[in-house]
Amino acid sequence: MTTTSAVSTLEQVVERYEPVIGLEVHGQLLTASKMFCGCSADYIGSPPNSNTCPVCLGLPGVLPVINRVAVEYTVRTALALNCEIPEHSKFDRKNYFYPDLPKGYQISQWDMPFSRNGHLTFLVDGEEVRCGITRVHLEEDTGTLQHAGDILQQARSSVVDLNRAGVPLMEIVGEPDLRSSEQAREYLVRLRQILVYIGVNDGNLEQGSFRCDANISLRRRGETELGVKVEVKNMNSFRAVQRALDFEIVRQGRLLDQGETIAQETRGWVEAKGATISQRSKEYAHDYRYFPEPDLPPLHLGADFVERVRAGLPELPQQLVERLQREHGLSAYDAAIITAEREDARAFEALVAAGVPAKAAANWLMGEVARLSRESRTPLHRSGLGVDGLAALITLVEQGSINGSTAKDLLDELYLPGGDPAAVVRERGLAQVSDQAELERLVDAVIAENPAAVADFRGGKEQALQRLVGGVMKATRGRADARVVTGLLRERLVP
Amino acid sequence: MSHPTVADLGASLRRGETSPAELAAASRSALESLASLNPVLRYTDELAERQAARAARTLAESPDTAGPLCGVPFAYKDVLCVEGVETTAGSRILQGYVPPYTGTALGRLLDAGAVPVAVTNCDEFAMGSSNENSAFGPVGNPWDPSRVPGGSSGGSAAVVAAGAVPFSLGTDTGGSIRQPASFCGVAGFKPTYGRVSRYGLIAFASSLDQIGPFARSVDDVAQVFTAIAGHDPRDSTSSPTAVEPVEEQLGRGVEGMRLGVPHEYLAEGLEPGVRTAVESALAELEKLGATLEEVSLPSTSAALSTYYIIAPAECSANLARMDGVRFGLHVDRPSLTDTYLATRGQGFGPEVKRRIMLGTYALSSGYYDAYYRKAQKVRTLIAEEFDRAFERVDALVCPTSPIVAFPKGARSDPLSMYLCDVLTLPVNLAGLPGISVPCGLSEGLAVGLQVIGPRFQDARVLRVAHAYEQATGWHAEQPPAPPAASAIPR
Repeated sequence: MTTTSAVSTLEQVVERYEPVIGLEVHGQLLTASKMFCGCSADYIGSPPNSNTCPVCLGLPGVLPVINRVAVEYTVRTALALNCEIPEHSKFDRKNYFYPDLPKGYQISQWDMPFSRNGHLTFLVDGEEVRCGITRVHLEEDTGTLQHAGDILQQARSSVVDLNRAGVPLMEIVGEPDLRSSEQAREYLVRLRQILVYIGVNDGNLEQGSFRCDANISLRRRGETELGVKVEVKNMNSFRAVQRALDFEIVRQGRLLDQGETIAQETRGWVEAKGATISQRSKEYAHDYRYFPEPDLPPLHLGADFVERVRAGLPELPQQLVERLQREHGLSAYDAAIITAEREDARAFEALVAAGVPAKAAANWLMGEVARLSRESRTPLHRSGLGVDGLAALITLVEQGSINGSTAKDLLDELYLPGGDPAAVVRERGLAQVSDQAELERLVDAVIAENPAAVADFRGGKEQALQRLVGGVMKATRGRADARVVTGLLRERLVP
Repeated sequence: MSHPTVADLGASLRRGETSPAELAAASRSALESLASLNPVLRYTDELAERQAARAARTLAESPDTAGPLCGVPFAYKDVLCVEGVETTAGSRILQGYVPPYTGTALGRLLDAGAVPVAVTNCDEFAMGSSNENSAFGPVGNPWDPSRVPGGSSGGSAAVVAAGAVPFSLGTDTGGSIRQPASFCGVAGFKPTYGRVSRYGLIAFASSLDQIGPFARSVDDVAQVFTAIAGHDPRDSTSSPTAVEPVEEQLGRGVEGMRLGVPHEYLAEGLEPGVRTAVESALAELEKLGATLEEVSLPSTSAALSTYYIIAPAECSANLARMDGVRFGLHVDRPSLTDTYLATRGQGFGPEVKRRIMLGTYALSSGYYDAYYRKAQKVRTLIAEEFDRAFERVDALVCPTSPIVAFPKGARSDPLSMYLCDVLTLPVNLAGLPGISVPCGLSEGLAVGLQVIGPRFQDARVLRVAHAYEQATGWHAEQPPAPPAASAIPR
């Protein structure tokens, strides 16, 4: 053991220790109503406690009624993750006191969830990783708290908003099959992508409709027994997950190097500090006293139901990647990027259906559109231009009506407000100058006006030609096709 | 003069001899005269006025659509939620709580035109067998005010026994309708679990609770049951099967029926007066043409301990929402934990705390298998024993309670109190329908006969009880007029 181990780097730690990581993901379901009552599941933006009823407020005497669509979405997810769907399942009560939990228990699933034994496979650095899915189950979300102060225990006062209470929440428990923060991140990216593709979750980490907790332990390389695990919470982005796990790997590795034992505890990621801090140790761990929910009879999800949900499963991301390569000749790389977001893939297919060549559609989406989407924080399908406008714009380029640089300017201008690109081109006379005689006249004029550049070019300076091309472009206010102009210049200057 | 029944009042309303408002006012003053017994927690004057007017309109404008309960006054237990009426479950922790919604069973009675006049006293959160666990004082038994009316629906039983209202609603988790019916000499019916919606019933033990009526005749019980029974989409444990029409079953008698007598229910522990009354009731049923058959329910001895694991386990979760955050009592303390402790410490009475602790313990990690899981298995055995018995017999007949009403304060030891329900709570564990009807007096105190049927054979249970009642007339026995307030020991 080296004496410098207390300051081991991540690389040094993972040389000696193997991280063992399992992720628990909570995803709010995109149902119309809450899990056990008729209130809207779309609670964001409502005045506090307005999106509530006696049931989700947990008033004395009320009873829950199961949202069938939420059950279907959970089963759909489970099937997309290759899970088995047991015939018998039930809801249980998970008991604990907290002001955001109106009934004093959460209706969840304990020992008979809707699904078990699935898996998710994905590539990291070209290597296939297979992560087991322990289970996918259904429960209800809690309300939200705001404190005058940092944490509830020290707050001068706290307020409760129960608009979110009772929103259907699906929990996806992964096996501890992940071995690095990169694998963890990629697992989450793929999982989120699947949930969005099958239409059950909006994949929003920032707003918390897609949340992740991690369990992580270290063991010496070659060891088969698991180390003491730490649960990490409060990670609100993929990047945060990766950073928090890397932090934990180093923290735990240094402790182990010093011969210390890892405390089994829950730690919270503090983005500003770039560190995890202890929140709750094992001695204070909850005993949730799970027992079967007596207000809801056990469920029997018959084979008919399961097969109907399976038949209704939309195309999964991996299937789409393969199809885009097969049908449209996209490269594996392009196909992966185009399919990362469901809406991009939809846009791609719509562009192709509108007659845009696949390669052009992919280039525009991955290039200018991706940039604008990022900069304006508005994805194409929510922009004013939309997929139809983009298709019209690219078609103008493909037909030779406008050149590439005009098209980029137009895209910038029309992306958010929207508009008909062809009409704008007409109104402003932006159409490419394609009249041969007109172009020849302009080329001759530029040659006459720039004897020095002509001499340089003839003297062997190839770049001088660009000055002449630039002159013609300037004269046409950018509306000429640079390739055509270059050709005309060469015709005249090269004997 | 005998107290009028639902049928009597309905007839006078239809003949125009009286009005819903008049009946409500008469009920109210009769209830006020019972003040010394403390069966009423509050009057629902505003609602009564509104409902009486609604009933009067129905009787005047479309008498054909007016059902048997239209314009008839009633009282209900303080665990049933009605929009705008304070509901406390007999507990300090819910004092001042006014539900913003009306429960299904109450709502159906309101739709039937019945007129609620008062909310009745009960054991706190329906936990008790004597009504002595109410945060708002005990209730006196109309037959002897120094004695308890039974519980937990003691107030609902007492007001019917005293003739102040023709019927009332109670709830039964381990005998809380049948035992007070027995103690007060009235009919009290616990329907099959899932027959009456629990929506709007402040839960004690969700898998055992059931709402049911008290009345002075089985006919009246049947009318109220018919009004409140049936599937409710708001209660997933309510049965979607159609309710069997009860009326055509009543009056068919018991001739040719096979009635089982569980010998464990007539074992030691029965007071001699109870035994005598029940044995003559059995003889009467035989005389009416029924065949009596001894049956055995050997798991009966395990029912009490099974019940006192399952019911407290469920209540420990059901009562968690009473946390002082959104409604009811809030005892402010600087920290959240201290606020919880102070609110629940001051809000709950000793019996409720005892059951919350029992239930919390039984569900704790490491104890769940030994207690809760085992109790669920025994519960299944108990239900299967009943099922087997019902392969041989049509219904079971037995005492409702091993004892008659006891003096207030006589059973301060919780276990001796729990033993009061030893003959009623197996029925809740198995989800069966059960009724108690008066079957005699023991030293001037009422004795009840219990009739138990298979699940969803509510009509059959009522039929047997009706045949017995019609043949004997014990139901017409009335307690003496209430004494002056000063005479009642509290």
